[in-house]
Amino acid sequence: MSIDYRRITRDGLWENNVVFSQMLALCPLLAVTSTATNGLGLGLATTFVLVCSGLVIALFRHIITPEVRIPVFVLLIAAIVTLVDMAMNAWLHELHKVLGLFIPLIVTNCAILGRAEAFASRNPVRAAAMDGLMMGLGFTLALVALGGVREVLGQATLFANASDLLGESFGFLETTLIGDYRGFLLMALPPGGFLVTGFLLAGKRRLEARRGARVTQAAATAAGQ
Amino acid sequence: MAKGVGNPSYRKRTAYQAALLGGMALFASAALVLGDLSTRDAIAERRAEDLKASLAQVVPVNLHDNDMLADTLSLPDGQGERLFYRARLQGRTTAVAFQTIGYGYSGAIVLVMGVDRDGRVLGVRVISHAETPGLGDRIELTKSEWIRGFDRLSLGDPPPAAWAVKKDGGRFDQFTGATITPRAVVGAVRAGLEFFNAHRDVILADEPTALSERTP
Repeated sequence: MSIDYRRITRDGLWENNVVFSQMLALCPLLAVTSTATNGLGLGLATTFVLVCSGLVIALFRHIITPEVRIPVFVLLIAAIVTLVDMAMNAWLHELHKVLGLFIPLIVTNCAILGRAEAFASRNPVRAAAMDGLMMGLGFTLALVALGGVREVLGQATLFANASDLLGESFGFLETTLIGDYRGFLLMALPPGGFLVTGFLLAGKRRLEARRGARVTQAAATAAGQ
Repeated sequence: MAKGVGNPSYRKRTAYQAALLGGMALFASAALVLGDLSTRDAIAERRAEDLKASLAQVVPVNLHDNDMLADTLSLPDGQGERLFYRARLQGRTTAVAFQTIGYGYSGAIVLVMGVDRDGRVLGVRVISHAETPGLGDRIELTKSEWIRGFDRLSLGDPPPAAWAVKKDGGRFDQFTGATITPRAVVGAVRAGLEFFNAHRDVILADEPTALSERTP
């Protein structure tokens, strides 16, 4: 069976995006996205966990029986997340200070168990790793988009403190759009997260509806000729 | 979907399922043990660096020539033990740093404060809190200079009655839309000073024997 990597990529980033299509992982999404930098950090950590869990679970897929698969997946995912937490605390300490609270939350991120169940346990190792990577990047995209919108509306900055996360060389990402902005508190609080998620979702649906209409129109004209 | 191997009958047995779960648990624990062993030292080092950095913010470096992290004293307070980091200059205790906790709008606000021999505040910093961003988080030095307002104050200066936010008749500013947070911080600093004053003699005792053991 050949693996359709393009399909996996498209699914992960857009068509079957963890947040905007599967509507999973909303809790960490709303909790961390008060700034784009936090979103990027949690997104990258989640991506890493998704790739690792996809790899390990695909590797063991032949010996795992359907009866005990859920406890086995949970065990493996929890172990991977704990390892990531320890490694980040030891070697990426500055980032860990910002995201430390949210790393253990990745265990409860149902998107990871969801991908293990729906994809990694049925596909070869390479495809599972690719799926983890793309789903993770799709999640990161959603987190950064949401964090960016909330940060711009809430504090009029974008990627504030990015150099703490990515190193000094990425300091150029930090932008202040309006100096002396009084702040829009609602956006920094969880309700702002709900609101922005809603608008982004509506935006995606609209884009898709418009594209869908164009496709049907094209098909209709083709059928007419 | 290619499932690879079919489904041989032994896989239906309870023993296989149990062995599988046990084996996975063993695998996961082994990975965790390896991870713990290889990161433990680095994590302890990072924690000590963090602590040292926050101690350096509340006790000026020119007040001590010892390693404050290694020179601690723990005293029982109401709920448990309170740890004091002593700053010494040529063996004489010049200042101490300790944690104090206030309860704000959403849970504990952990502060570290430095106090000199005379009971004057050298500095207060927030270690961790979960106050509302944009309102209560102005207790952080990165957001506002408010926390510096405690510097050089002591329990006699201002008088005890003034150790409160302005709304309660004291001298400390509250924030627009957030009174509970600064009230908790003022209360915690005041409680820290009261504890220091009550145990001043024990905290500042020079303990020559203990000192000679530590600095050969």
